[in-house]
Amino acid sequence: MGVATYIKDEKDAIKEVILQSGIKVKPVYTPEDLKGIGFDYKNDLGDPGEFPFTRSLHPLGYRSRNWTTRQYTGFGTPEETNERFKLMISHGQTGLNVAFDLPTQMGYDSDNPMAEGEVGRVGMAVDSLRDFEIAFKDIELNRIGAGLTINAVASVMLAMYQAMAEKFGYKKTEISATPQNDILKEMVGRGAWIYPVEPAVRLIGDTIEYSIKELPRCNPVSVAGYHIRESGCTPAQEISYALLIAFAYIDNVVARGYKAEDFVGRFSFNLNVYGNLWENVAKFRAARKLWAKLLRERYDVQDRKALFLRGIFGGGGSGMTKQQPENNIVRGAYYALTAALSGAQTTALCSFDEAYTIPTERAALLSLRTFQVLMDEIGLRDTVDPLAGSYFVETLTKEMEAKIFEEMERIEKVGGMVEAVSSGYVQKEVARQAFEYEKRIQQGKVTKVGVNKYTEGVDMEVELHEYNEEWARKQIEQLKELKRTRDNKAATGALMALEKAAREEKNVMPYLVDCCKCYTTVGEMANVFRDVFGEYVEPSIF
Amino acid sequence: MAEKKIRVLLGKPGLDGHDRGAKVIAHALKEAGMEVVYTGLHQTVPSIVNQAIQEDVDVIGLSIMSGAHIPICKKLMEMLEEKGIQDKLVVVGGVIPNKDIPALKAMGVGGIFPGGTHFDEIIQVIIGKAAS
Repeated sequence: MGVATYIKDEKDAIKEVILQSGIKVKPVYTPEDLKGIGFDYKNDLGDPGEFPFTRSLHPLGYRSRNWTTRQYTGFGTPEETNERFKLMISHGQTGLNVAFDLPTQMGYDSDNPMAEGEVGRVGMAVDSLRDFEIAFKDIELNRIGAGLTINAVASVMLAMYQAMAEKFGYKKTEISATPQNDILKEMVGRGAWIYPVEPAVRLIGDTIEYSIKELPRCNPVSVAGYHIRESGCTPAQEISYALLIAFAYIDNVVARGYKAEDFVGRFSFNLNVYGNLWENVAKFRAARKLWAKLLRERYDVQDRKALFLRGIFGGGGSGMTKQQPENNIVRGAYYALTAALSGAQTTALCSFDEAYTIPTERAALLSLRTFQVLMDEIGLRDTVDPLAGSYFVETLTKEMEAKIFEEMERIEKVGGMVEAVSSGYVQKEVARQAFEYEKRIQQGKVTKVGVNKYTEGVDMEVELHEYNEEWARKQIEQLKELKRTRDNKAATGALMALEKAAREEKNVMPYLVDCCKCYTTVGEMANVFRDVFGEYVEPSIF
Repeated sequence: MAEKKIRVLLGKPGLDGHDRGAKVIAHALKEAGMEVVYTGLHQTVPSIVNQAIQEDVDVIGLSIMSGAHIPICKKLMEMLEEKGIQDKLVVVGGVIPNKDIPALKAMGVGGIFPGGTHFDEIIQVIIGKAAS
């Protein structure tokens, strides 16, 4: 599927296959290969549900539990998003994955000049608790979990989620939220950063510490190798960077006197599925194994469940093409198959129209149906880890493990992940890979159907999601109304307490919950941190 | 050949942080012999115009993935005229639906490069138009 390099002879026979991670694939694998890598069932795989979890986190895989489906959803105002949430749930979606608009992600209120043209465009606009009360209305928060795809102000959103749930009468101990909350990867890939590295990582430490104490069912961080892969790194680098980023957050919390054993079970990961099928399957199996092994070695974690690499394996945005967009339906099905063969615990899929814009209702439902066909129709739930024991898959899994480890060592040599992000080392490497890859596509060295092979010359027109400027007007009006009608004295008091806590390097989470309950705005809370922490300056890489 | 190198400012206006495309193009233009200044993320139109003046560039390239390309380009073109530097070549790349191309052309945007456009095409347009 166009992501490995295929060197062919004049008769179109394939002479050499080189995966993106730099591993060569042989035409035939035999028991000799397993001997060659010293394959040992117990050490390398273990039974499903047993250390090192290469095969699966659960003994019976999808037999005992279907995967959670969590399409990335949100647009316009909280009203539109609430309707779409309920629609997806009514069609069988089992988790939520909230898309916020860019002003919200960047800590700007909808009436900020920086927000112009962006309110409700790529996700839902959220200015205050009022908006969460609308977005999550009539959703059973003790039964359905919500991923909150937000990073720089993830602490604010986790606090707001708690405040909203309590307002609806739920106990904070029964709600399950997973804020993405991975700022280092934003600095490498997705760009929605606000604060400098050190306080930004500390805020993540605050959310983890707070979750340990107060939110037992919340997963405070979802480490997203996904976006680094989207930015151009190889599958092996995706895992190595994600694990190193996770270690950076663990270190922050361990330094506060907690044992890794007591909280790493709450970490989750967000990893990408586009690319070569075999390389991805091997990547996920190797990732589960390495995470468990390294947690044991580095942090002496022993509890079985604390060693689980849990997460969402899905997306595949960079694999989707603007040309011949209906091909993306087919690609999506293969990406979902990749996730299922890899034992994904949760999944989501970029919809076929997302090379253009956020998905229409029809496209989003089609992604959901793709999962349902896989799991309910063609037998992916029948048996756990069906590829286990394959001469090829086991050899490749072991080679991926070595490759991931090698990439981790490269970063540790330059001072570790925090240093490698601060200096721009990782950003430079990722941009270089993206350029080299694009060049190979343009030269036809890697194939992309409809882009550099089997082209049709004309772009097919598809129905697209349309942005409605009325949403911004409505959102701003409601924000003004909120500021007029809330108890402004209480709001100011809560913000002052937040500022004091931030300056004294106290855990800011309880103060954020208070601020949310007083209907202070995302922009007001984010600005407190801007004043205290300052803003991140990107290292120059050109 | 003592010909002056074409200077390009690559800008990421707005709040969107997806800059894989901008960085890939920066590499490609540099490899084609141009001088490239990258603004970094989260820029406003005035800050891009100011940098274009300060860096004395021939070309302003915008990378926009969020869907806000029409209002952003409109604002940029107005501001260039205000500052009397409408002679600079403006090109834009990113997630740009075909239906928006005529509107961008009508504003005076000199090159429109949706994701996946070949480097050669981008380089030729820039060399052809920046030189004239």
